[in-house]
Amino acid sequence: MAQRNILAKKQFSIKSFFFQWEWLLVIVFILINVMNANISDYYLNPTLLLDATMTFLDKALLVLPMVFILVLGDIDISVASTIALSSVVMAVLYNLGVPMPVAILFCLLVGTLCGYINGILLTKFKELSAVIVTLSTMIIFRGIAYIILEDQAAGKFPKWFNFLSWGYMGKIPFILIVFVILAIIFGLLLHKTTFGRRIFAMGNNIEACRFSGVQVDKIKVIVFTLTGLMAGVTAIFLTSRMGSTRPNVAMGYELDIIAMAVLGGVSTAGGKGRMIGAILAIFIIGFLRYGLGLINIPAQALLIILGLLLIVSVMIPNLKGRFQTLRKVKS
Amino acid sequence: MKKLISLLLSLMLVATLITACGEKKVEEPVTSTEKETKTETETKGEKVKFAIIVKNTGNPYNEKEMEGFVKAIEELGGEVILKAPDQPTAEAQIQMIEELIAQNVAAIAIAANDPDALQPALQKAMDKGIKVLSLDSAVNADSRMVHVNQADPTAIGTSLVAGISEMMGGTGQFAILSATSQATNQNAWIEVMKDDLVNYPDIELVKVAYGDDLRDKSVSETEALLQSYPNLKGIVAPTTVGVAAAGKVLTDKGLKGTVQLTGLGLPSEMAEYIESGVCEWMYLWNPIDVGYLAGYAAAALVDGTITGAEGDKFKAGTLGEKSIITVGDGTEIMLGDPFKFDAGNIGEWKAVY
Repeated sequence: MAQRNILAKKQFSIKSFFFQWEWLLVIVFILINVMNANISDYYLNPTLLLDATMTFLDKALLVLPMVFILVLGDIDISVASTIALSSVVMAVLYNLGVPMPVAILFCLLVGTLCGYINGILLTKFKELSAVIVTLSTMIIFRGIAYIILEDQAAGKFPKWFNFLSWGYMGKIPFILIVFVILAIIFGLLLHKTTFGRRIFAMGNNIEACRFSGVQVDKIKVIVFTLTGLMAGVTAIFLTSRMGSTRPNVAMGYELDIIAMAVLGGVSTAGGKGRMIGAILAIFIIGFLRYGLGLINIPAQALLIILGLLLIVSVMIPNLKGRFQTLRKVKS
Repeated sequence: MKKLISLLLSLMLVATLITACGEKKVEEPVTSTEKETKTETETKGEKVKFAIIVKNTGNPYNEKEMEGFVKAIEELGGEVILKAPDQPTAEAQIQMIEELIAQNVAAIAIAANDPDALQPALQKAMDKGIKVLSLDSAVNADSRMVHVNQADPTAIGTSLVAGISEMMGGTGQFAILSATSQATNQNAWIEVMKDDLVNYPDIELVKVAYGDDLRDKSVSETEALLQSYPNLKGIVAPTTVGVAAAGKVLTDKGLKGTVQLTGLGLPSEMAEYIESGVCEWMYLWNPIDVGYLAGYAAAALVDGTITGAEGDKFKAGTLGEKSIITVGDGTEIMLGDPFKFDAGNIGEWKAVY
């Protein structure tokens, strides 16, 4: 609750409004686009830029609920395994003759169930940290995916299924429209509802929330289940993009997803962060990757650049804090 | 709500700023002349862009293929784009295909990490008029125009089984250490090997392990094989990363002579194990030639000499004339038979590649 009051006060000062993390991200976003336009003649092309969003928006769908989890002060590193398991279940069911829409439903169901399991484990065994719980489920979910498909691939989906990740509505990629709608829903949920405010409150002080009568456990389970559901959604789009699936699909996605949220100014300590920041970060990383890909820089160099960007972005608020305390001490 | 609106408005402002920036760049006299001259040389020199995507970085075999591809395209006067993802996954390759489509390349040659997963991406490329061919590790017939095959899979499979059988004295258990489970080429050879085992009743294939063409995973998979099957007498690794990793493990554990090793390896990497006798002999074709042939095939597709149909013929530089044949549902270009490397000839080949 305290968080909200501070934010409301801040709005009155133009200076502090423009000194927000999100503005810094906007500047970075502009810089990256200017840089990309200069290094590659192919970059400034609206059609291709829209196409480029298709390459990273599948995992971006999971950044939205991940912001909720990080604001809670928790973390979920099992999301990539959840994607793999739901994707594998969907593909295997379809190959067994189940109609595709039903298989998709099962994909969402498996994702939701995985998320629910995470939530229940976390609330029933409070002494376990979210890292440990989701680390275990990360291994278990992927393990089950491997048991189902072993080292094989499954696929041969119907033609219309390809549309999800490759199709256009007019000139806009379908997945971009889905992302915008979901981003608005998640943004409103986090910033404009009691549910969202409680999540911030829990991230700041979970004990205080518990004593004020907030149903802490229930909210936690809901957030993790929601993340599982979104992992299922991501699995559908990713599988559509790939045309076939394997148990090792989406390997390492959890780190990309968390990195996007952190770059967006969402604190891993909880209680801090805004949806718009995370969304900006998604496009910063996505377009940076695409721009550097257009000049064909080696894959390792790309990883180093992305790593540096992340370190610097995490360091800046820290340095700012230090600078401010230093000034206070001097005066 | 006010804040949300203001943020949205500011985002729109940013968007207009970006587009404005871009336009200004073109208007500036210096940059515009630069750009003009650039496009002029492009049209004058007819620098056609040929791209190659290999399985992953840090794979010496892939690097040799790229080297051959570069050599062919340079002989033909084109421009080469080299792409290699940091992990051997189809996801990463899809992203690279997308980037190449944006760059208007004339042809994409790809060594696939998954035969089916790249289909939507490669079909999109072909729809835009880009010529697509696979080399080394094929994509399915619908996602390519032609495949450059390094050697006849039957010849590779039967040579490997004959080799390990001879080394093991005709009896005993052996295991296969492959690349990724979805590697099209390795799986084709393993199929041939399994079928061919009928001719060797005393030899038993106990396991196919997957080292994913990663050095550390291949080492740990080899160690796991040695532990799980104490009577193991032989390992066949039909991948250059795997065979070198297995050679290292067998050398370190002093298992020379106890566990036999053969497979497909790079002479420069395998020379020490062939000379020490850990691996008596192994097979390979020249990966530089695979890339070189792919380069000439890509160029022939672009200039219309071939369309990827059966019976098409084209000149492949120093490799002479090559023709396209039908294998399964698709068409292929064959490089030749596998070549045997042993202690007698490894000395001269290790310096080559």
